[in-house]
Amino acid sequence: MTVFPTTIAQAKKMLELKKISALELTNLYISRIEEFDKDLGSYTQTCFDSAREQAKKLDVSGDFSAPLAGIPYSLKDVISRVGLKNTAGSKMLENYEAPYNATVSELLEKSGAILLGKVNTDEFTQGSSCENSALQLTKNPWNSEKVPGGSSGGSAASIAKYLGLFSIGTDTGGSIRQPANFCGVTGLKVSYGRVSRSGIISYASSFDSIGPIAPTVDCTARVLEVIAGHDEKDATTPNISVEKYSDVNIKDLSGKKIGIIKEFTNADGFDENLKKSFEKTVEDIKKLGGDVVEISLPLTKYAIPTYYLLVKAEASTNLARYDGIRFGETVKVSNLEEQYTKTRSEFFGPEVKRAIMMGTYTLSAGYFDAYYVKAAKVRTLIKEEYEKAFSLVDAIVAPVTPFSAFKIGEKTSDPLAMYLADIFTVTANLAGICGLSVPTEKVNNLPAGIQILGKAFDEKEILEIGSVIEKKYNFSEIREKELV
Amino acid sequence: MISKEDIIKVASLSRLSLSEKEIGQYQQEFTNILGFFDTLSEVNTDGVKATAQITGLENITTEDVVDSFSSEKLLECSLQSKVKTQVAVAAVM
Repeated sequence: MTVFPTTIAQAKKMLELKKISALELTNLYISRIEEFDKDLGSYTQTCFDSAREQAKKLDVSGDFSAPLAGIPYSLKDVISRVGLKNTAGSKMLENYEAPYNATVSELLEKSGAILLGKVNTDEFTQGSSCENSALQLTKNPWNSEKVPGGSSGGSAASIAKYLGLFSIGTDTGGSIRQPANFCGVTGLKVSYGRVSRSGIISYASSFDSIGPIAPTVDCTARVLEVIAGHDEKDATTPNISVEKYSDVNIKDLSGKKIGIIKEFTNADGFDENLKKSFEKTVEDIKKLGGDVVEISLPLTKYAIPTYYLLVKAEASTNLARYDGIRFGETVKVSNLEEQYTKTRSEFFGPEVKRAIMMGTYTLSAGYFDAYYVKAAKVRTLIKEEYEKAFSLVDAIVAPVTPFSAFKIGEKTSDPLAMYLADIFTVTANLAGICGLSVPTEKVNNLPAGIQILGKAFDEKEILEIGSVIEKKYNFSEIREKELV
Repeated sequence: MISKEDIIKVASLSRLSLSEKEIGQYQQEFTNILGFFDTLSEVNTDGVKATAQITGLENITTEDVVDSFSSEKLLECSLQSKVKTQVAVAAVM
């Protein structure tokens, strides 16, 4: 039986009823980090002193009305927070201290949440296992020989092991949903532009989305209410109102038209057991009253090449700023061009170098039209394919990954194989839509689950559907039993 | 197979120096990955506009107002020597 709150709602109730003080709650989570994280490796930095100070101030004020007052959390180590390093999981920024706060960071501070530290990521968020982090290895809390997923591996692993009540991650091609799925927690990829990217280290500027990883759908919804919204500092955030996402008004799925993508179900390399689990969930959705409709999205087979071509091109541009001059590490030589080259060669890891090389190639004269522009046109068609699908269904339910969390080291020698594993997640980023990853059951002795995709800015729909599905499986019970 | 010269040229554009081993590795990997990207030629994109950004927003502007932000904080991020509020670099030429 757990002796501490395991959801935001529980924690808020206990704090408001003075059953626990903010300092006690913060210390509870800090002691869990001290006990479990040397093996798990999820936190890259901690800020326990400032966390305790903040908690004490909250207790003195006695005012717990702010939406996340007293709730302990972590930030993926690409999100700027003054006073802490923003390493991007890299050697290049290993010693870089953020000079200003990300908008998300400011919003969370105003909401009363208590920052415990920064969590691990693949280097510059490029990767799907967290193995590309140049700083440390993070393990899957369900099985220490397996990866937690990536790039928000630190976020997902720490939440699964109850080392925080929520974490903010980023999702460019699945980097919230896939690790959430591998670690048996909830993860939300918001619609592109729903949450400000100001102060967050970019991977691919037209794909990156910022979102919560948390124990339950309700936790996720509460965090979204705080971080979503238009930001003057991020010109790609439309002026669309933030809804009361935590208000769930449905008890079952009656009246909901749910699409299942034919091309996903028939995908190559889809683990047999995960496929059976997915099909069982589809049957359960029908029993919950959902009107399940098979839809065909024929451009799915072009999603991975379109995605990787575009993201690596955008990444190569975003990574051009790391030249040893204004920030980050540097190699002191007297020739400027040599300084750029030596700095970048010494301090970037292999996947980041590969991304820069590939992006530069496809953007270079003679190749730009054939590769980059072509992919950008196919992206338009994929976006339209999803828009058409959402005119027929309310939401789409899909698998998250073709296989369960794999062994550490198993996939590092074949980058293309790693890219192909993103087949179920990249389309949401290409189309700019939202997706919620919800755990359902254990398969292959590891967490498994599904994702609910919704049209752009329709987070309310997928959170409501997600909460109904979550209630059916009650996976939190399994997680609490095994990982607390 | 992508040529060694192409890899060396791209490395120079990327401001990366590669070992002989890395050049060989990239040749093989790129040949596979670019071959994979070639499947996009199967898609008919006649008359289709390329997506540059997915929100559909256009001409978003902001007032050019100076915020109170200390340049010291930014300067501290650089390991180069500083001259007043500027970062000194090696000669360009």
